[in-house]
Amino acid sequence: MIFTDEQGQFDAIIEAEEKIEPRDWMPEKYRLNLVRQMSQHAHSEVVGQLPEGNWIGRAPTLRRKAILLSKVQDEAGHGLYLYSAAETLGVSREEMMNDLLIGKAKYASIFNYPTLTWADVGAIGWLVDGAAIVNQISLCRTSYGPYARAMVKICKEESFHMRQGYEIMQVLACGSAAQKAMAQDALNRWWWPTLMMFGPHDSESANSQQSMKWKIKRQSNDELRQKFVDQTVKQADHLGLAIPDQDLKWNEERGHYDFGPIDWEEFARVVKGGGLCNDARLEARRTANDEGQWVKDALMSYAEKHSKSDVDQVA
Amino acid sequence: MNKNHYRYVLRLGDNALILGQRMTEWCGHSPLLEEDIAMANCALDHVGRARLLLSYAAELEGEGRSEDDLAFVRSDREFENFLLCELPIGDYAFTMARQYLLDTYHYHLFTELVSSSDETLSAIAQKAIKETTYHMDRSRDWVLRLGDGSEESHERMQVALEGMWNYTEELFERDPVDVQMIAEAIGPDPEWLHSKWQADINATIKKATLSVPEKKWSLSGGRNGLHTEAMGHLLSEMQHLQRTYPGLSW
Repeated sequence: MIFTDEQGQFDAIIEAEEKIEPRDWMPEKYRLNLVRQMSQHAHSEVVGQLPEGNWIGRAPTLRRKAILLSKVQDEAGHGLYLYSAAETLGVSREEMMNDLLIGKAKYASIFNYPTLTWADVGAIGWLVDGAAIVNQISLCRTSYGPYARAMVKICKEESFHMRQGYEIMQVLACGSAAQKAMAQDALNRWWWPTLMMFGPHDSESANSQQSMKWKIKRQSNDELRQKFVDQTVKQADHLGLAIPDQDLKWNEERGHYDFGPIDWEEFARVVKGGGLCNDARLEARRTANDEGQWVKDALMSYAEKHSKSDVDQVA
Repeated sequence: MNKNHYRYVLRLGDNALILGQRMTEWCGHSPLLEEDIAMANCALDHVGRARLLLSYAAELEGEGRSEDDLAFVRSDREFENFLLCELPIGDYAFTMARQYLLDTYHYHLFTELVSSSDETLSAIAQKAIKETTYHMDRSRDWVLRLGDGSEESHERMQVALEGMWNYTEELFERDPVDVQMIAEAIGPDPEWLHSKWQADINATIKKATLSVPEKKWSLSGGRNGLHTEAMGHLLSEMQHLQRTYPGLSW
């Protein structure tokens, strides 16, 4: 079918479950919505280096140090990949980064919680990356081609990240009393913030409805959160750790676990800047940017000088 | 146990470990996202190399210790790395200048160790030389770009070289451990390495429009367990968990 109008063609591609590509026409709001979501995702990967990076220097064995380094390197790689994918929407990495540094753009609020013990590194892999995978598997079917393809690649690495986190928890849960307590404490602190990662309830979510219509988002916040809870309860049982929720129980009728109310006030507070690490995370990124400026300037000077001398040589 | 053989391998392992530990400090804090990735990648190579060498050192020692025992429960007086490896990371010019000096040293060292009479060491060198060739390409490139970049970066790179120059002679000292390794065709003569190293370094420094610093003193001691004040702090961070909870599995 040939469409005379751009909107009609766009709608038909979405309807047919095909992908919108960078050169296709798209509604401006669709583009802006994607820039927001993809840059936020990229920022989360970059800021996400910090809480785990906090433990690379203190990893308990050389094997763990190598694994954690490799994982944090992956996060930076995901950031780079996602910025590049977002750049296909006509926005530069510098612009996106600048929005992060001036506090205009958000990143996953979970990274504003501190990593206090080694078990937190396990909990982040198991829970935070586990939740990210649930979300990202769904995003492999997102309607924007470059984003969907990025997700396929990223999901593969994330599943390795989750497994390494779970393995850390397994070793701790089978270890000494102090290690077991460390693992339980990490689960207690990370459980609720992880459930918040899926965002507000569907009824409260400002961006969700339009995103679903455009098939940027494929499943709702509540559906994804439920999926995560259902799969994680069994994993916690296997570890012999208790999920910190008295209301958690199997609901035969729904075929899902019921769980207790999420503290949305805490969520809102941390999103707005009131978490323990909000200031430190942004400050770390600003410092890296500011102190790296002379390095970037030097690279530009070198490139300028040498492109000139190359031209001279040819002449 | 051949104590000198053990110490020779241990020193190689300690250099890889301590330098690798320093490099990880840039994770998430580099000037560019590409550098976060590159630095983590190179640090990972160093940690991987440290694991191979320390495991082998432990095997040569024959007292049932593991790579982790050597990394996490020795005191600073028992570490035998070069002082240059343990110096704090400084700015990006200092970090990349140090990488370049040590990458070039390792490039020539591992090139020789490939034909070591010690087959295990030779096998480790065969793996390491591939990584080191790439590391040296990268760090040399940084010395050139910062040296011949802006006025500020030129100045910073020169200051960085001056600041570490007194530590470079330690790389080429020869003690009874080296003498025995040369005699058994296990390791190369440090003096020979010195001439190869110096030629490369001089050429790069010149190309980067920098000047070769004048050596005022030779600061050394690391190979005999006498370290800078920075070392204790590095170890207190690195060994934190193993010291707090001795003897557990992680």
